[in-house]
Amino acid sequence: MNTPLKQHLIDPEICIRCYTCEMTCPVGAIEHDDNNVVVNAETCNFCMDCIPVCPTGSIDEWRVVDTPYSLEEQYEWMELPEQGEVAVADSADAGVESGTDPVAALLAEAHKGAGGKAVAPVSATKPTVNLYNLGNPVEAVVQGNYRLTAEGSDSDVRHIILDFQGKPFPALEGQSLGIIAPGTDAEGKAHLPRLYSVSSPRDGERAGYHNVSLTVKREDGGTCSNYVCDLKKGDTVQVTGPFGATFLMPNDPDARLLMICTGTGSAPMRAFTMARQRTVGKKSGGMVMFFGARTPESLPYFGPLNKVPSSVLQKHLVFSRMPGQDKEYVQDRMRIEEDIVADMLEDPATHIYICGLKEMEEGVERAFTNIAESIGHQWRNLRDVLREEGRYHVETY
Amino acid sequence: MLDLINVSYDTQIPNNVGLSSDKKVLKALEKWHPGYIDWWNKLIPQNFQESMVYLRTAVSVDPKGWAKFDYVKMPEYRWGVLLAPQVEGRVIPCGEHMGEPAWQEVPGEYRNLMKRLIVIQGDTEPGSVEQQRFLGLTAPSLYDMRNLFQVNVEEGRHLWAMVYLLQKYFGKDGREEADDLLIRSSGSEEAPRMLGAFNEETPDWLSFFMFTYFTDRDGKMQLESLAQSGFDPLSRTCRFMLTEEAHHMFVGETGVGRTIQATCEAMNKAGISDPYDVNKIRDLGVIDLPTIQKKLNLHYTLSLDLFGQEISTNAANAFNAGIKGRYMEGRIDDDHQLKNDTYKVLDLEDGKIVEKDVPALTAINMRLRDDYVRDASGGVGRWNKLIEKTGIEFELKLPHQSFNRKIGVFAGHNFDPDGNHVSGDAFDKGLPNWLPTHGDGDFIQSLMKPCYEPGKFASWIAPPKVGIDNKPGDFEYVKLHMA
Repeated sequence: MNTPLKQHLIDPEICIRCYTCEMTCPVGAIEHDDNNVVVNAETCNFCMDCIPVCPTGSIDEWRVVDTPYSLEEQYEWMELPEQGEVAVADSADAGVESGTDPVAALLAEAHKGAGGKAVAPVSATKPTVNLYNLGNPVEAVVQGNYRLTAEGSDSDVRHIILDFQGKPFPALEGQSLGIIAPGTDAEGKAHLPRLYSVSSPRDGERAGYHNVSLTVKREDGGTCSNYVCDLKKGDTVQVTGPFGATFLMPNDPDARLLMICTGTGSAPMRAFTMARQRTVGKKSGGMVMFFGARTPESLPYFGPLNKVPSSVLQKHLVFSRMPGQDKEYVQDRMRIEEDIVADMLEDPATHIYICGLKEMEEGVERAFTNIAESIGHQWRNLRDVLREEGRYHVETY
Repeated sequence: MLDLINVSYDTQIPNNVGLSSDKKVLKALEKWHPGYIDWWNKLIPQNFQESMVYLRTAVSVDPKGWAKFDYVKMPEYRWGVLLAPQVEGRVIPCGEHMGEPAWQEVPGEYRNLMKRLIVIQGDTEPGSVEQQRFLGLTAPSLYDMRNLFQVNVEEGRHLWAMVYLLQKYFGKDGREEADDLLIRSSGSEEAPRMLGAFNEETPDWLSFFMFTYFTDRDGKMQLESLAQSGFDPLSRTCRFMLTEEAHHMFVGETGVGRTIQATCEAMNKAGISDPYDVNKIRDLGVIDLPTIQKKLNLHYTLSLDLFGQEISTNAANAFNAGIKGRYMEGRIDDDHQLKNDTYKVLDLEDGKIVEKDVPALTAINMRLRDDYVRDASGGVGRWNKLIEKTGIEFELKLPHQSFNRKIGVFAGHNFDPDGNHVSGDAFDKGLPNWLPTHGDGDFIQSLMKPCYEPGKFASWIAPPKVGIDNKPGDFEYVKLHMA
């Protein structure tokens, strides 16, 4: 089977045949006849030079296809074909993030904590990115919205399930999607998408259904988080993405995963855990998780997480606001469990993931520094090696 | 180092031509600048000058920086001098100097011819803004108002582009010509604009859309040929202007298309299937298709006149000198010198239209006009698809090139829109069916009521399919200043 790919196309009903795109394209991928202007899928390299110069917006069209539409087919079109059914479970599109993309900039900022250019795990599936953008979002229907934290706990974290109604949304574990809150901001500008990490595995929240779940915390005064947390079953949402090409899960079953997270930073960890449970289960290198929250009541997925067998996932749930107990943070527990952390740091199969609030970075770095020193490594050097090998991933916000 | 991609703001005038180190030209432009601002301020009604308009400005001439959108008051729009990047080793693409390096300075022998071409092109730019100055008062939506103002500020920038060339390369008389561009005025008795088509006020929005579709398209063809010029600064200027011109084509094509859409939808809703049931259709607050056809006939034929005489030695000289090329010169498969080629030209013999082979060099205008006709017919085809989709039986047509002509071989002869030679009597009788009458104009005028609520559109025009900069339907494209 052909690998599905994202094809750049022009909407013949909107295009006015000014040929500005054709003049602009630096690789000669665009041509025209008396009927249409068309894009050669073999030549187009997604440089996006044609997008801003188009006066109509007709050029910002994309379809995921098994076999690209030929020039002959495109020349015959009177209108753009609908997005067809495509098996996207193993989509391996060489997605390109354009340099001026605000989403790419957001992700770069979130990945900064890794201390250098993020690299995807060697055995990760090639992600599809930017399939849907601001100009061409996809509509999702809310299948469910469940409160994950106890009523009355100080944080309201929601598990939201989105269904794309048959449209492809090939999100891999660790990728994010953008949600566009309706309306405009104080300056009358439309809201930009907010990024949320998906918390479901690639084949769907429910295996084979390709629906996507999110883990979203309600923020005081947060336009988008309140919008998302208030969504009801059946509501429709404008979604962009998938985004992110580095914070991804290794497909190698022997890989060992060290996951450190707080709060909604657990979303990708949940996705990783579910994906592994569904595929390799116990026959894997194993996973170790350090997960911090204020209390068990405010720790997302506390119940389901406890049901995951320790042979699949070694869990260290850490609480900072337990009555009658000292505050404990993830870095404190890492120090206590330094043997397992040290063992993993020395194992070339280990992949490390850190996700949560920016504030956690410093403590975690310090814990790693101490543990690395105890086994004769300088943390910065070790970290740089891990990162360059695609084995150290940070996403903080 | 001189940055030729990004726009520099280190002088009062945004530019990518290194103005800050070109004191003489900078001084000339700075002297010209207040007159320009004065011209603009006197032109557009005051409350629009104060309004915040969601406009596109170029921050660099490469594709990434071409379209930056934000709210700006029009008098604060950053007009500037922007040239497409210089192509290394570019050669003259046609004429007797073909293959020689493109000129970076004006060759003495072509100085006057070149200056005249630039002045004529430059004169049309402010001309059209003058013609359209009052349209904001009757805008059918904020979306359309924004498009009008975008076209206006860009025509203003095109004037800048031509003025820069005049001041940089043509010395004292270049500066005088630049000043005259601000003195001439559309419709003025003493100092009208140079071309007739730019001296009529644009009376209504359908005329504006027809103008941007048909007349600006002539501008586009002229720019395309000047973009082939052996005079490199002119070529680079025109190449950048073409990107903006494409937007004007878009405003015209979609404007007419949306007018047609509203008409057909209203007819279907009211159960009217006969497009010639004019009065009933007009009662719906939309413009009947036969009237749209008449407007098309008028603007198309006026625009054809802009191409000049079919056989022209001036055009031959400009081509031969390498000052002006043909449309898409680089893609034409011939010797690019037209030494032995012939070209078919329409002519009149004993009152009959005949095709004649003439030396291709003398038929440069005719060839450009043919390219124009082909380019213009595309949009008409797309309008017909819109009509077809609604199930109404009506087809818009470009009239024959002989109809209603004031310039060229057909001028002074009576042809109907199908190209039949008719008697004066028959011509006079047919005219009310072929060209807009006073009554048609009055009717269209009666529909020109402003619609300033975001997301709302006047009855006679449908909303666009896609917003500017992908904005949602109710986006406030113009934040009107309420005095």
